[in-house]
Amino acid sequence: MLEWRRRSEPSRAMLYLSPLIAIALTMLTGMLVFTAIGYDGFHAVQAIFVTPLVEPQRWADLGVKAAPLVMIALGLAIGFRANVWNIGAEGQYVMGAIAGTGVALLTHDMTGWWILPAMALAGILGGAAWAAIPAFLKVRLQVSEILTSLMLSYVAVQFLYYLVRGPWKDPGGFNFPQTKMFSADQVLPAMAEGSLVHLGIPVALLLALAAWFVMGKTVSGFAIRVVGRAPAAARHGGFDAGRVTWVALLASGGLAGLAGLFEAAGPFGQLTPQFPVGYGFTAIIVAFLGRLSPIGIVFGGLVLAVTYVGGEIAQSTVRLPQAATGMFQAMLLFFLLATDVLVRWRLAFRRNPAKVAP
Amino acid sequence: MTSVILVSIFMTLAAAATPILLAGLGELVTEKAGVLNLGVEGMMLCGAVTGFAVAYSSGSVTLGVVAAAFAGFLAAMIFALLTLGLGSNQVATGLALTIFGIGISSLFGAGYVGRTIQRLGPLFPADYAAHPWLRLVFGHDALVYLSLLLVAAVSLFLRRSRMGLILRAVGENADSAHAIGYRVLAIRAAATGFGGALAGLGGAYFSLALTPMWADRLTAGRGWIALALVVFAAWKPGRLLLGAYLFGAVATFELQAKAAGISWIAPEVLAMTPYLATIVVLTMMSLGTRTGGRNAPACLGKPFPAP
Amino acid sequence: MSTIITRRTLLAGAAATSALPLIGGASAQEPFGVGFIYVGPVGDHGWSWTHDQGRLALEKEYGAKIKTSFIENVAEGPDATRALRQLAQAGNKLVFATSFGFMNPTIQVAKQFPKIFFEHATGYQRAENVATYNARFYEGRAVIGTIAGHMSKAGQAGYIASFPIPEVVMGINAFHLAARKVNPNFKTKVIWASTWYDPAKEADAAKALIDQGADVITQHTDSPAALQAAEQRGVFAFGQASDMKAFAPKAHLTAIVDDWSGYYIKRVKEAMDGSWKTGDVWGGLKEGMVKIAPYNDAMTPAARAAADEVQKGIIAGTLHPFTGELKDQKGTLRLKAGETASDEMLSKMDWYVDGVQA
Repeated sequence: MLEWRRRSEPSRAMLYLSPLIAIALTMLTGMLVFTAIGYDGFHAVQAIFVTPLVEPQRWADLGVKAAPLVMIALGLAIGFRANVWNIGAEGQYVMGAIAGTGVALLTHDMTGWWILPAMALAGILGGAAWAAIPAFLKVRLQVSEILTSLMLSYVAVQFLYYLVRGPWKDPGGFNFPQTKMFSADQVLPAMAEGSLVHLGIPVALLLALAAWFVMGKTVSGFAIRVVGRAPAAARHGGFDAGRVTWVALLASGGLAGLAGLFEAAGPFGQLTPQFPVGYGFTAIIVAFLGRLSPIGIVFGGLVLAVTYVGGEIAQSTVRLPQAATGMFQAMLLFFLLATDVLVRWRLAFRRNPAKVAP
Repeated sequence: MTSVILVSIFMTLAAAATPILLAGLGELVTEKAGVLNLGVEGMMLCGAVTGFAVAYSSGSVTLGVVAAAFAGFLAAMIFALLTLGLGSNQVATGLALTIFGIGISSLFGAGYVGRTIQRLGPLFPADYAAHPWLRLVFGHDALVYLSLLLVAAVSLFLRRSRMGLILRAVGENADSAHAIGYRVLAIRAAATGFGGALAGLGGAYFSLALTPMWADRLTAGRGWIALALVVFAAWKPGRLLLGAYLFGAVATFELQAKAAGISWIAPEVLAMTPYLATIVVLTMMSLGTRTGGRNAPACLGKPFPAP
Repeated sequence: MSTIITRRTLLAGAAATSALPLIGGASAQEPFGVGFIYVGPVGDHGWSWTHDQGRLALEKEYGAKIKTSFIENVAEGPDATRALRQLAQAGNKLVFATSFGFMNPTIQVAKQFPKIFFEHATGYQRAENVATYNARFYEGRAVIGTIAGHMSKAGQAGYIASFPIPEVVMGINAFHLAARKVNPNFKTKVIWASTWYDPAKEADAAKALIDQGADVITQHTDSPAALQAAEQRGVFAFGQASDMKAFAPKAHLTAIVDDWSGYYIKRVKEAMDGSWKTGDVWGGLKEGMVKIAPYNDAMTPAARAAADEVQKGIIAGTLHPFTGELKDQKGTLRLKAGETASDEMLSKMDWYVDGVQA
């Protein structure tokens, strides 16, 4: 007979192994379920999980899709480590893009190398400012940041709609709700001529390294982890939980804002009502896929990007409906969260054989 | 003539309020037990598609309503299994449940797109509501009455019953409740299941009563409004009723004003109002201790046992 | 100069070879690949659904000679660029991008795949290998406006509109002008729903319009919800994009049906035999791109006769829904007596004719 036993300390092996188990379980279950309801389950799973990785043409797509997710998730994970639940990254992402676009529209007739950095700075500040609202309410008034940050996402999205349909509407755009296209000095440079890979991708990787260093090797990172894991001990150690809340929210807001600006100045090249696609929420999944560790998040972002890109391949090759991609993502997360239990618990044979039924 | 219009406006308003009231009430009970389930939209969609499919196949709208509640319950059980059974993070699991609900409802509903059913009609025979003003009382469908009854029942349950007291205790201080000998996880699972069933009903209100059909993402984001409402209502069923009808009123009057040629307010500003109002209410609650202080369940979103 | 050309050619060659494994040794017998991207799910029973009906008609027409594939629910932005590129690399020779927001992505991807033909619906940017196509829905609006003028006892129609883009604005004007020809005092009340798809809101908007005295409802949003509301309240309404009689047997007078199949069949044939050329096609009632669904028995003989008359006139070219003298709400003369609106005027329309309450 098997039974669950609590581990004396979390298993490091399982920490790294359980995401792989979750992915394997998702592939297996998906294959069985989609075969059972009449699709080509085997090729669907192959198209979703394998094709994007083995076809070099798809690699740039993966990077473009993963970069904003990774950037947002890095910030969120800092907060989650400190028990600060910013789930409104979508709003900070949008506000970052709005702030950066504001700069872009102001400087539309100008040229100069400084424009893009100014937009990026505005993006960071825009996202951080939006995250400062829940931070203030949490630290000063003990209002739950989960609820306020979530509510503010919807406000930000509506604000974007207002801008692109009203004051920021491109006068030369046939009355369609969208801003002007950014000028040459306002778009992210590609890493090579004609390549899709834009500056945001290496920046996301560098930020992951920086986050790994800050969280693992510095006192601030230590403070954040202690406040999250043992608030009482943190107080004794002289760490200020309020300050950690501020830092966590401003950092995650700023990163989400930068991600938003990169997306606006990169693949979009303008703001449209279709700009918010839920990256702020998807990044929460990425953060958990990556077990809240910066390096893990890079892989988490990649895995999710694979499911998006692969989902489209599965649609066009084996006619798997788009809804199935969502099912795979949900299953992946369900299994991942479920296998998380293996980190803290283990399955063991019951010691007393007398009790085993014949 | 004006009275006919006024009555008609109120009927529209009640219909707009009912689905978010149902889903919000379910989430309120879930949150009172200390569980934050962000998967309301997903559970509503599961309810909407199942309700429609069953009503379409069986010809019975009543059966559809029951099936919708059951589908919502089942979806909530996935959430309960993960968060309560395996101690996973509630925020992440709730978001995953929403993605799951959108996906599975679209897959399962594909065969029902473009079909329609006899809508869930008024509960009472038409002659009860012969006079326009009587329609206000007797002209609604069964789910409107059910939602109002449920508000009263949940309110009484939470404030007056022993079980309600235990449920609140589990949400306020799970460790103490456990120490006294209550089964924290079982109570939370039950509250989560109730929340799912009501979200399923809320979803079914779209596919069976408001717009008797199935199309992808039929609920168009109402689950998030229901979540906001719970907070807006400071976790009180009476205020939830008020909030839901207020939302219905604002939405309905906006359309009436537009139809009357009054450009009243930018639609985007109106759309952000429920969320801004929720933040304001949260802040007010926190500022004023006399009105009950912070009403949020103390253990909301926290796992038990602590990891 | 010549080195650049060589490099470009080399790059193009590389792209072609890497695409080869997917095509799997292209031969003369290989089915001709036709790809589609849709902005909504096929299950929306609205805009994307009508395009998918066109795709199905292609399969019926050409059978094994072609192979169609589609990617649904594609967000208008970088995701569209990726989906288009994926369809291009998967060996499709003709790709239809079926939403306005796919314009920039289509132009961008078309540059990278000069040998593949692209067709973009409702846009205004073309290239050597990018054609645009749209339907003259306003012709259908003129027919139902005529019917509304005859069938409305109150002389008042309710119009549920999505966003004030030219496409929607010209529909409102065409509807109103036709109704006013029948009843000079006709009023058209517009509600901007600020969404293409929110069935509950569309239904509530219909109810509000009925409360305010409209007894004919029409909509430029995606779902049949407004029809259901009209049925419930016992007023008349029209179907949008497809025959929606099943949703409202009594209220449904007729519907403006989008039928892309004729155009798709023609363009695929041209692409297969090598006669495909870029261009801008606006098909209407004459070309069968816009159709009028069978009339409801409730329609009076006068309404039928008038509606038939308008249809015949438009098809014969003797009647243009926008014929002067035409003044807008502010009294500005838009068309002189006898003058008809040019396509350019239509595609930029941002004014309302007198009597529209928008």
